[in-house]
Amino acid sequence: MIPVNYLDLLRLAAPETVVLAGALVVLGVDLLALREVETGLRRLLLLILGAVTCGAAIAWMAAFPNLGNFMQGMLVVTPLTQWVKGGVLALAILTLLLSGGASFTNHWGEYVALLLLSAVGLMFLVSSESLLVIFIALELASLSLYILAAFHHDAPESAEAALKYFLFGSVSAGFMLFGLSLLYGLSGSIDLREIAAALGGPFLDPLLAVAMVTVAVGLGFKIAAAPFHLWAPDVYQAAPPPSAAFIASASKLASFFVLAKVLSVGMGGLEGRAVFGDYLPGWVPLLAALAAASLLWGNLAAIVQTNVRRLIAYSAIAHAGYMLLGIMGGKAGLPALVYYAMTYGFTTLGAFGVASLVRDRVGGDNLSDFAGLSRREPWMAFCMLVFMLSLAGIPPLAGFFGKFYLFAAALKTSSLDLLWLVILAIGMSAVSLYYYLQVLKQIYVVPPPSGLAAAPIPSLPKTVIILAALTVIVLGCAPNLLLRVLAAP
Amino acid sequence: MLAWTIYLSLGTALLLMLLPERREQWARFLALGAALGGLVLSASALFQSAPGSFRTVTRLSWIPTLGIDYHLGADGISLVLVFLTGLAAVAGILFSWNIGHRPREFFALYLALIGGVYGVFLSFDLFLLFVFYEIAIIPKYFLIAIWGSTRREYAAMKLALYSFVGSAMVLVGLVAAFVFAGGQTMSLADLAAHRFPREFQMWAFPLVFVGFAVLAGLWPFHTWAPTGHVAAPTAASMLLAGVVMKLGAYGCLRVAMTLFPEGLQPWGFEWLGIGSWRDVFALLAVTGILYGGMVALVQKDFKFVIGYSSVSHMGFVLLGLMTLQTIGLTGAVLQMFSHGIVAGLLFAVVGRMVYDRVHTRHLDDLQPMNLSRGLPFAAVTFTLATLASIGLPGFSGFVAELQVLIGAWQAYPTLAVLTGAGILVGVAYGLRALQRAFFAERRSCTDGQASGSARGAPAQPPDSPAPLEPISFPERVGSILLIAASLAVGLYPDLLLKYILPSFNAPWFDGLRGGGLP
Repeated sequence: MIPVNYLDLLRLAAPETVVLAGALVVLGVDLLALREVETGLRRLLLLILGAVTCGAAIAWMAAFPNLGNFMQGMLVVTPLTQWVKGGVLALAILTLLLSGGASFTNHWGEYVALLLLSAVGLMFLVSSESLLVIFIALELASLSLYILAAFHHDAPESAEAALKYFLFGSVSAGFMLFGLSLLYGLSGSIDLREIAAALGGPFLDPLLAVAMVTVAVGLGFKIAAAPFHLWAPDVYQAAPPPSAAFIASASKLASFFVLAKVLSVGMGGLEGRAVFGDYLPGWVPLLAALAAASLLWGNLAAIVQTNVRRLIAYSAIAHAGYMLLGIMGGKAGLPALVYYAMTYGFTTLGAFGVASLVRDRVGGDNLSDFAGLSRREPWMAFCMLVFMLSLAGIPPLAGFFGKFYLFAAALKTSSLDLLWLVILAIGMSAVSLYYYLQVLKQIYVVPPPSGLAAAPIPSLPKTVIILAALTVIVLGCAPNLLLRVLAAP
Repeated sequence: MLAWTIYLSLGTALLLMLLPERREQWARFLALGAALGGLVLSASALFQSAPGSFRTVTRLSWIPTLGIDYHLGADGISLVLVFLTGLAAVAGILFSWNIGHRPREFFALYLALIGGVYGVFLSFDLFLLFVFYEIAIIPKYFLIAIWGSTRREYAAMKLALYSFVGSAMVLVGLVAAFVFAGGQTMSLADLAAHRFPREFQMWAFPLVFVGFAVLAGLWPFHTWAPTGHVAAPTAASMLLAGVVMKLGAYGCLRVAMTLFPEGLQPWGFEWLGIGSWRDVFALLAVTGILYGGMVALVQKDFKFVIGYSSVSHMGFVLLGLMTLQTIGLTGAVLQMFSHGIVAGLLFAVVGRMVYDRVHTRHLDDLQPMNLSRGLPFAAVTFTLATLASIGLPGFSGFVAELQVLIGAWQAYPTLAVLTGAGILVGVAYGLRALQRAFFAERRSCTDGQASGSARGAPAQPPDSPAPLEPISFPERVGSILLIAASLAVGLYPDLLLKYILPSFNAPWFDGLRGGGLP
């Protein structure tokens, strides 16, 4: 029995502790002090309290950068995990501020607390290398997100989407647990590094193949890769916009990171080769198949969408395909993956923000509801231009450099074996320009409908959207700001 | 200073977007100022540079993790094309002075496009070059979709998708080359010096070449060009034909041919007399010359005539590249310059001077109007432009096409003969359009009906009672600027040749030397 040093644990898990405490404080304050306060003010106070909590956790990480490995992989804190957690928290802050001015619920205390709890789950997910903690963290994050998806109090679609999300999610969590138990049985350990040492490679045990596939199913669901994507369009379209934005951004960032970790650390010798004529089973061919399916299905299905949030959902499936390439890039691909997932998070969060503003004004978020946005709201229109073009991969925005880096990393690690997949990905990004331009055509080319009353936009969401657009532009023009720290050894 | 051509254009584009909506006149003058600034900077850089020298303008480490630099530089070829961009930009603004629908955004997008074009011509890091290349795509889409005419949304989407598919092909080749060379540098000089294996070059060369050539109007990937040119507003057609198509040709020369020179070598077997990618592309180029010319010959829409003539003229550029002779390559670059000027002028006459006044481009409708009387200035301009376009000695087109033809004669005698026939077709469609649009005798089409009565009536087309708005001052200045440029280069080709010719001695063209470049 190894003695547990709780002080060490607290030191390493301090940021998570801060956020957790913040969630409890939010609940308590809401219950004890804010019951009688008018809704608008109460919402504002609680959102700010949540944002300050996240900010405090970021500040803690910056001020006391404690690195270490607690209890053989239970909690592993490295500079890279610190940055990913910082990204999750920053996205959480933006999500919270994006909710200012929204009216989908009256239970703001619970909303903020759940958002913070899911952030805690995502943070533990990022920093653990132990199967058990990974699974518990995943469940904590997922359960909070299921509820967040259902938070729209008067929209039955929201509840329906959340139910769909929950059913798919719990089944895939079951698959994942099954896979993890097989991994434990095969290796006798729950620490990813020890598992990798015990499994060896490069040849694949049939039982190990089952474990690999089931783990991929479980996490493939979280990252919305085809064919495990069915929940995504409904949730993106029907959940309250800030919840959907958080599911699409922060949850995706953390899930990709943990998938990369489980595969490249836990199954280090079992990559295999995904090349015609020289095929070797392993997780690279598995991911290559998922990536190809996501790229094709996401991009082709997005073409026919008429609802902007649904369109973003299908484009998210396609983007999961791009990001899977980064996982196949192994160690060299990890900075590329984190860069891409982070900038993608900001982009998609901003796009949800604009869609939500349009919905509040016009009453819907179909393509035609965006008509003439550039005449009504030039700034929001310009931000949407930035988001759409970044998603399409037009330089000098972050999406372009992210793609370039991912492709270069995947090709380099596989010594050009994955060229076929890179060609597919680049070709599909040419397809994607079509549907992103459809959105921009509505915004800039089509004249606005007449008889739309002018109404001021709440300033908090507007600031968040402009901030997100600025991040996308700045990180695209100067990728080194982020790369310097991500690619540091 | 040369880098400021880019910053001035992009910066002014940004400024225009922030300008209050009602300041339309400010927007025009600001845009004109930025374009003039670009022209002055590019002209002074060109004429002050020592022939044959390469100059690094800016070189900063941009993304050190991947060895990507922010590297702007200029050799003779870049300088000539940057000068062309400056000319076309100023002329385009002069010819769109009358834009009344959302002028602020029009000029902002226009300058963004110009900035991207400058950037491509000045980039000597391939990542940077690609960034600027793609920056140019989006403004084109909006310029056509918002301010265009015939089937504008279709044409704009087609143009954007063709460009983007082309650049996707380029990106595949560039990423593969980057990784293959070790993933440490994207500098043109370093990658050109890297000897990629022959099998790699054999697939990467056609991929990257075709990717760029889509934008240069290589047959059969040219179909975006006529529809795009026709749908675009005048200034955008001038830029599309004038400089954007040159981006493609420039990419073929600067990237595809320098990085993968062995891709031009014979495959080792022959099929129907074709033994290398070089043969394939030379044949496609000549097909483009003939096909573009023949199709232009039967068009009913005046603007389509010019649109297809661009395909034909760009065929000369691509053929010149495939000759691999110094004279052919020089001719290709000179043809880029010449066509940029002449196509701009032709589109200006058709789109601005004629269409904006009589609101039809149909040659059958223009025929009875006898526009040589109604718009004498337009008629003279178009006559001169047509003469320049069909390669009359004294204009820039003559020198350029002659050089390409001589190069082609040494490399591909059969194709050179066909190209000669293409020049004749060019004369035919040029004169046909000129005659039908401006100099048709009125009775030739109204035959029996009104032969006598119209004779004495001055300068008034029968179906428009109001007199035509006279040719405005900006239009005159723009026309004279472009005609003067074409004449200057035609009468004294050494003006540009002395910069273009020594550029081919640069180390990055070393790989091409085996194939005929001395």
